Amino acid sequence: MITPRYHREIPQRYRLEGGKCTQCGEVHFPPRAVCRKCGGREMETVDLPRRGKVLTHTTIWIPPAQFESQKPYVVAVVELENGVRLTCMVADAPPDEVKIGTEVEIIFRKLQSDPRWEVLQYGYKAKVVG
Amino acid sequence: MIGIVGYGSYVPRYRIKADDIANQWGADAESFKKGLLLEEKTVPGPDEDTITISVAAGRDALKRAGIDPKEIGSCYIGSESHPYAVKPSGTIVIEALGIGPEVHVADFEFACKAGTEAMYVAYSHVKSGEMKYALGIGADTSQGAPGDALEYTASAGGSAFIMGKEKVAAEILHTYSYTSDTPDFWRREGEFYPRHAGRFTGEPAYFEHVLSSARGILELSGLKPEDFRFAVFHMPNGKFPLRAGKALGFKKEQLEQGWVVNLMGNTYSGSSPTGLASCLDVAKPGDLMLITSFGSGAGSDSFILRATDRLPEIQGLAPKVRDQLADRRIHLDYGKYVAYRGKIRMNEI
Ligand SMILES: [Zn+2]
Repeated sequence: MITPRYHREIPQRYRLEGGKCTQCGEVHFPPRAVCRKCGGREMETVDLPRRGKVLTHTTIWIPPAQFESQKPYVVAVVELENGVRLTCMVADAPPDEVKIGTEVEIIFRKLQSDPRWEVLQYGYKAKVVG
Repeated sequence: MIGIVGYGSYVPRYRIKADDIANQWGADAESFKKGLLLEEKTVPGPDEDTITISVAAGRDALKRAGIDPKEIGSCYIGSESHPYAVKPSGTIVIEALGIGPEVHVADFEFACKAGTEAMYVAYSHVKSGEMKYALGIGADTSQGAPGDALEYTASAGGSAFIMGKEKVAAEILHTYSYTSDTPDFWRREGEFYPRHAGRFTGEPAYFEHVLSSARGILELSGLKPEDFRFAVFHMPNGKFPLRAGKALGFKKEQLEQGWVVNLMGNTYSGSSPTGLASCLDVAKPGDLMLITSFGSGAGSDSFILRATDRLPEIQGLAPKVRDQLADRRIHLDYGKYVAYRGKIRMNEI
């Protein structure tokens, strides 16, 4: 079901917006109210780089019901060019194509479409760069 | 000068071969491939739809345009496969591209012609001085009924075009439209697959509108077929656009670059716009291009464009259409294809 949280998180889910601490420069994704490094409370919005590489990955063969139609799929921890890490699915990738160090780009895909009367949910996934 | 400031196309990675569709239904693959001049078509992944395709194409158009998305005054998406019956695709696309919220958004529909409609209206806003930049997109993930001739061609993909007065890479010199009530292809509300009137779709529908629109814009411009480097006609299959081009006096060399249907299928609203994008990928300053779309129902839009000195500077800023068509394809078998396309009835979760 669509939640106020999904709506609130659109800037980070759709556009990869992070929060940069104005005091120490630490970039947080997802954005945080308080800096985990210096405790600063003032953040500015920054667009994260879309290129990065796979730090680690796993293949999901038995997914939660709403991802059933996409199995098997790869989930990876990606380190972006600025060092920020995020976890996401790797789109269009046969499991053997994703390795540690594989170059990826963050793209926009549909995350959830079931049940069919509900709001569609979109967000980021990674794609292997050719 | 008004025209295209940036453009981008998206081609899904998945394909199905015409052979595999023919084998599934006991049809003669060779005669289908020869009749349609088509080898394979694109298939959207289970997490792709008109919205995700529009975002991917739109992002590349922004890269080539090199403008602030906030300067875009309107976003129009032409598609026959908007994911929602009620809720515009454009609302999601602008959020993902960082456009707005001060932006005019609408979804367009006109069978396969909705993409050029979106381009036409975006162009007109800039021409009127109402907006600095305007975005028009044609994208589709179209479906043909299992075993129907449309199943061999209906495919997925799309292209996005940012219109503007500054930084123009391809100037739009003329526009022309030709429309009539011709019931060649339709889908009633609530029906899953479209219906078509068989042979009626050719002469009175496609050829009547495409040829009239192309002849109309040629007459308006005073240009002749030999003046053009490239010409693109809507590609419901491989044969129709080549026949239309030949009837108008265009040569094979002028038609080939935009003729992407043999490897891509019919991307409906994305079809002729993606053909145009493929021409923009290689055009040189001064080259003239003609594009004519076709939408069942029926109508055609035509544009005449001329490449500027800026075009070569932006061609390499995003992936080219033919590179995407060749890049790391994944061929699906028929079973996987119908599962990806949601053609199998599953239990509700
Ligand atoms: Zn800090």
